[in-house]
Amino acid sequence: MRRFSISALLKEAANGHQGWERQWRAPEPKKEYDVVIVGGGGHGLATAYYLATVHGITNVAVIEKGWIGGGNTGRNTTIIRSNYLFDESAALYNHAVNLWEGLSQELNYNVMFSQRGVLMLAHNHHDVISFKRHVYANRLNGVDNEWLTPEECKEYCPPLSISKDIRYPVLGGALQRRGGTARHDAVAWGYARGADARGVDIIQNCEVTGLQRHHDGSVKAVETTKGVIGTKRVGVVAAGHTGVVMSRFGLRMPVESVPLQALVSEPVKPVFPCVVMSNAVHAYISQSDKGELVIGAGTDQYVSYSQQGGIQIINHTLDAICELFPQFTRMRMLRSWGGIVDVTPDRSPILGKTPIPGLFVNCGWGTGGFKATPGSGHVFAHTLATGEPHKINEPFSLDRFRTGYLIDEAAAAAVAH
Amino acid sequence: MLLIRCPYCGERPEVEFHCGGEAHIARPDTPAEMTDADWASFLYYRTNPKGLHAERWVHNHGCGRWFNALRDTVTDAFVQTYEMGAPRPDAGNASSTATKAA
Ligand SMILES: Cc1cc2nc3c(=O)[nH]c(=O)nc-3n(C[C@H](O)[C@H](O)[C@H](O)COP(=O)(O)OP(=O)(O)OC[C@H]3O[C@@H](n4cnc5c(N)ncnc54)[C@H](O)[C@@H]3O)c2cc1C
Ligand SMILES: [Zn+2]
Repeated sequence: MRRFSISALLKEAANGHQGWERQWRAPEPKKEYDVVIVGGGGHGLATAYYLATVHGITNVAVIEKGWIGGGNTGRNTTIIRSNYLFDESAALYNHAVNLWEGLSQELNYNVMFSQRGVLMLAHNHHDVISFKRHVYANRLNGVDNEWLTPEECKEYCPPLSISKDIRYPVLGGALQRRGGTARHDAVAWGYARGADARGVDIIQNCEVTGLQRHHDGSVKAVETTKGVIGTKRVGVVAAGHTGVVMSRFGLRMPVESVPLQALVSEPVKPVFPCVVMSNAVHAYISQSDKGELVIGAGTDQYVSYSQQGGIQIINHTLDAICELFPQFTRMRMLRSWGGIVDVTPDRSPILGKTPIPGLFVNCGWGTGGFKATPGSGHVFAHTLATGEPHKINEPFSLDRFRTGYLIDEAAAAAVAH
Repeated sequence: MLLIRCPYCGERPEVEFHCGGEAHIARPDTPAEMTDADWASFLYYRTNPKGLHAERWVHNHGCGRWFNALRDTVTDAFVQTYEMGAPRPDAGNASSTATKAA
């Protein structure tokens, strides 16, 4: 792997940029791997990367039915934060934020991680009380979060309207300064390049269609559109298609797949300094480095794999954006799209073992898993390498739906996140 | 936005309806005999198919009545609506359709 550096850039600038090589190979699948990862999104690629770098396991294949990063990784609004209520979630998401802070250096790839702060607005008394509870709980867990008055919110984010005359006036906000955004594609590409350089095979345009098992029930091979691939361990990291993959493997899951939409405006000069989220009126917004306003909408109410959602969902979000940021009422929207997200009953992910020996699953990130990409890959690699969960992902077992030990961030946030 | 045919009122826009999730999940008759795994399956595990899906809808901003629907989760098209309590119309080949459509 050729490293990116100032001198490499200067050399290539002089050379008309003709000397850059492919960032990862396009290998044919081998007969057998130590670990097969199903799904080449950010989480699957990060898992492969940490298997290679932390655990020295490099005989690994990442099998992707489309192109890497073409699922939710390339469709999300890239908000990164870790101010979740429960201890288990705080540990998981903060592990990711810690890794984000060094990720560009670690990967030698600019993931454009920008800690511009994530401000969550409160619009009613319940919001105020619940957000303050989050602030205190977060601080006890070593997660930064602070309460801002409406005037302080306005100072932090000048486009925000704190008028008392709007339908849902801003009563304050919770600010996580370490939160922010990153470049989604770069995350997938950086992990892919790093994993490939260490020997991981990234196999695109190859769909996993079934699982073969030994007499004792354990994993023997995966069936794919490019043939049967032998392996002892399989990690399914297929986001919205987790249910489909697992049903091919003979398992039901506590997950439902629904569309989630986002949209971007025409690009404009820098106008928006941070990330603002409002759960009560349902809108979240930031500005990309290209200048587009990146706006996240809600989920549809039904199971769907159509990768498009209802127009009324987008309208609802734009109503909220226009009321909170009146200066954007005349902005034109450029495009909108949907991704299929896998939601669990408690809105927390599932990371760990399944009833089939050798089969592991990393799913249920739903509407909010981009932020967790490095942490998720790191602990899932540990799980695949050792056969046992890392301390951080142990509570996020599939078995929690049987034991009742739910991590109910759904109730804590009362909304998609 | 989906166009939904309420069996009682006819075609109406989706915003008049609320989706009640997967249909034909019967509450257990003998709760005391259920294991934790049985409860987990009843409460949390869902078919989530890519293809035909049987689900419950309520026309809450219309007649207020519940009904079941078969809908294709790839195209979002409603194939058929039918009364609560009636068996799934394609019951014979339901599961095979769901996996084939994947
Ligand atoms: C509109 C939108 C906005 C969002 N906003 C945010 C946000 O602001 N912040 C945040 O933290 N999260 C956000 N999310 C959620 C986030 O995008 C996801 O949780 C995260 O990207 C999931 O990553 P992944 O790698 O698990 O999934 P994906 O990137 O979806 O990767 C899964 C891959 O598996 C592949 N696959 C599926 N089936 C098979 C098969 N049978 N064989 C081979 N490959 C298969 C798919 O093609 C896909 O590439 C948003 C999501 C959407 C849709
Ligand atoms: Zn009706």
